[in-house]
Amino acid sequence: MNDLAPPPVTGGCRSAPVLKQRGQREVFCGLTGIIWLHRKMQDAFFLVVGSRTCAHLLQSAAGVMIFAEPRFGTAILEESDLAGLNDAHAELDREVETLLSRRPDIRQLFLVGSCPSEVIKLDLNRAAERLTQAYAPKVRVLEYSGSGIETTFTQGEDACLAAMVPVLPKTDARNLVVVGALPDVVEDQMLGLLDGLGIKNVQVLPARTIDADVQIGPNTVFALTQPFLGETHAALVRRGARHLAAPFPLGEEGTTAWLAAIAAEFGVSDDLFEQTTEAPRRRARQAVAQAAEALDGKSVFFFPDSQLEIPLARFLTRECGMSAIEVGMPYIHDALHGPDLDLLPAGPQISEGQDVDLQLDRCREAHPDLTVCGLGLANPLEAEGLSTKWAIELVFTPVHFYEQAGDLASLFARPLRRKSILGVAAE
Amino acid sequence: MKLTVWTYEGPPHVGAMRVATGMKGLHYVLHAPQGDTYADLLFTMIERRDHRPPVTYTTFQARDLGADTAGLFKEACQDAYDRFEPEAIIVGASCTAELIQDDPGGLAETMGLDIPVIPLELPSYQRKENFGADETFFQIVKHLAKPMEKTERVSCNIIGATALGFRHRDDVSEITNLLYELGIEVNICAPMGATPADIAKMGQAHFNVLLYPETGEMAARYCERTFNQPYTKTIPIGAGATWDFIEEIRHLSGSTNEIDSDRLRQTWWSRSVDSTYLTGKRVFIFGDGTHVKAAARVARDEMGFEVVGMGCYNREMARGVRAVAKDYGVEALITDDYLLVEKTIEELQPEMILGTQMERHIGKRLGIPCAVISAPVHVQDFPARYSPQMGFEGANVLFDTWIHPLVMGLEEHLLHMFREDFEFNDAAGPSHHGGHAPKPSEASTLEVVHSAPETSDNVIWLSDAERELKKIPFFVRGKARRNTENYASERGLNQISIDTLYEAKAHFAR
Repeated sequence: MNDLAPPPVTGGCRSAPVLKQRGQREVFCGLTGIIWLHRKMQDAFFLVVGSRTCAHLLQSAAGVMIFAEPRFGTAILEESDLAGLNDAHAELDREVETLLSRRPDIRQLFLVGSCPSEVIKLDLNRAAERLTQAYAPKVRVLEYSGSGIETTFTQGEDACLAAMVPVLPKTDARNLVVVGALPDVVEDQMLGLLDGLGIKNVQVLPARTIDADVQIGPNTVFALTQPFLGETHAALVRRGARHLAAPFPLGEEGTTAWLAAIAAEFGVSDDLFEQTTEAPRRRARQAVAQAAEALDGKSVFFFPDSQLEIPLARFLTRECGMSAIEVGMPYIHDALHGPDLDLLPAGPQISEGQDVDLQLDRCREAHPDLTVCGLGLANPLEAEGLSTKWAIELVFTPVHFYEQAGDLASLFARPLRRKSILGVAAE
Repeated sequence: MKLTVWTYEGPPHVGAMRVATGMKGLHYVLHAPQGDTYADLLFTMIERRDHRPPVTYTTFQARDLGADTAGLFKEACQDAYDRFEPEAIIVGASCTAELIQDDPGGLAETMGLDIPVIPLELPSYQRKENFGADETFFQIVKHLAKPMEKTERVSCNIIGATALGFRHRDDVSEITNLLYELGIEVNICAPMGATPADIAKMGQAHFNVLLYPETGEMAARYCERTFNQPYTKTIPIGAGATWDFIEEIRHLSGSTNEIDSDRLRQTWWSRSVDSTYLTGKRVFIFGDGTHVKAAARVARDEMGFEVVGMGCYNREMARGVRAVAKDYGVEALITDDYLLVEKTIEELQPEMILGTQMERHIGKRLGIPCAVISAPVHVQDFPARYSPQMGFEGANVLFDTWIHPLVMGLEEHLLHMFREDFEFNDAAGPSHHGGHAPKPSEASTLEVVHSAPETSDNVIWLSDAERELKKIPFFVRGKARRNTENYASERGLNQISIDTLYEAKAHFAR
């Protein structure tokens, strides 16, 4: 079997110069997060206060994936709402009343700000307070912004979770809060691993329902499972909780390092750690090695999209034998991304922000074996002969922790395998 | 403010993108916040285009708002001019940029570019995608088309087809071929496939063939006034409409060429005895106004269906759809409220829906077969094969795609006869669909049952009658329930027994 031992770290990328460019950014706005958050929180409804464009975005980004009666909707601003903001508040109250009477199962309502609601300065915070009073205790109303002027793609989840932090009950107990929306099956695996390490009093944010008992206090430590939770990180720190910095639990190495940081905090013995992680580590390495055969020795180029780029580059270079040419991130947050940057072997251009046309020029010039990019760019680049992986799939697929490490590698291997099956010369 | 779950149309700037992306050599500079670039995926994913749409977005962020968003726009405009070297540029704002009032048109004008710059005013908080496309194409024509001498041979323009249109690609080929058979040259096809230089010579055609009033009527009217070009009013969807269209073209062009209609199989397919089972199937039709009006005619006159309801989501077409609906003895449903459409379908309980992808999902939920006849589009509406809606081949395609969701003739009889067969029963759905049929799940069957008491006021089903009703195959069960309840309430009965059920059956027998 092809045992891909991680290469030794030569310097890492934490202090590498970052290319910062500003121009057209080919990214989704934070509203997109609603598509997975509304499935994760089963008693929540997300009401976007925005324009037809917002509704169209949600539908276009989600339309191919789900089509039940969704737990999200858009209160579309009309000409008259722009004229008088007081009337807009009255209109919003009316829409919320209709909604909550039609959906009595809703316990948490998120008012989600958008570009137009931000620009006209519609105060959703005030609205959320007013509506909370009106519908308490049955329904909790919170607000956050998913607008494109303030958030990109996965930052919507960050803004949503950050909005929940201040209303979580206080505790003085020592507890671990694991932060980041994960598919239920992955979340259960993670809780199983922590349980195996003997760590008790573990809670997950976001919880599946409002009744789950997530509490925060000065003895709380928290770990992030997603690399895009900067605001949530800050909100938790403000409430006295302490962050356990670690690489993100993607791939065997990342998962082990992530668990090790928690184990160290809770004084788990090396033996118990070994005993708990030995079998899943072996399985993960084995599964990754199989999928990585197609990736070994290949180059990869990341366009900025989901914030997962740096941890993924770390995984692909260290566990799958790839080399990274450019790793683009919408923005870089040292406290979150530093541990992964430390592990990422020096070499790739790290970039933050985007001028999409200039980045496309660089990508064409480098002609990588695999390009990770958004849906707007994938087919055009394929037509130019490049193999691509849509970044959005990485957010909608279970990829975290040991048992998904092989699937994660397969996601990247599939476009390359497909190209060879179809007999297109991989130039 | 209006709560929307699913929308039938995007915002107007997406309509403008459909025009720009359909054309060649034109670039769209769009003042829009970060995130609005999602619209690119409509074209690259749904339509599987192999190029990015020719759109440059300013993608401003919150920190730009206090600074110089106007400067950002000018930079983006200059970059687009330098990089893409377009023949002409259209400029406009998306909903958020409309609020910050930077006036992209005015800004672009001050830049002194040596190509035509066409400003667009698309009111995002009032209008929608179709208007955006219609208005954009009209502005392009108004700015670029010049009066010209007519071509020596009779020629026409085909107008209205855009990127991301429902079967526009194949409709245009089908109609181009039909015009060729009639001896008429196509001067230009626009927006789809045209360059700004092509638009400039639009005026040399003798008349216009307007295929999609939703996205081309304003331009057609303008050309009629300005270049003395009449335009066609018949939309050639269905066999009858195609013949009418040919007549209209003959009248406009003087063509007397014979048309070979051998490949029109739909009319015979529909007359063949196998199609008897289609007779009187109750259909509900919903979509854009143009496709709905055309589908109603095909449904009644060429398939032998009964049209029990129709409507459109685009208000611009309300008048025409209302007039047609009146002719069919039904009331038109003019709404873009998905939930209202769903409720109407639930109440009417048609045996089939001719709708959009949204109604396909309603049908899935209610266990009613649905064929898609109109935008909004889905990746499935861009088949690899040739599949027009218009002309003779279009009529054939309609026949095939409309009957595909249905349980076929003999199968329908067998289901009636042996309805409790454990493998071959109505809940299994049409046999030619395998596992992908719009299966009426337990839940949806129950839902239909639950919703019924609302419509039936005080009529109670006795349990044996209820059991008997369940023996009726699902695709006619709704009709049987409605008919029986109507029969009972007309006679002032407040209970339905097995006898009532069969008396109603005899009463409504045709």
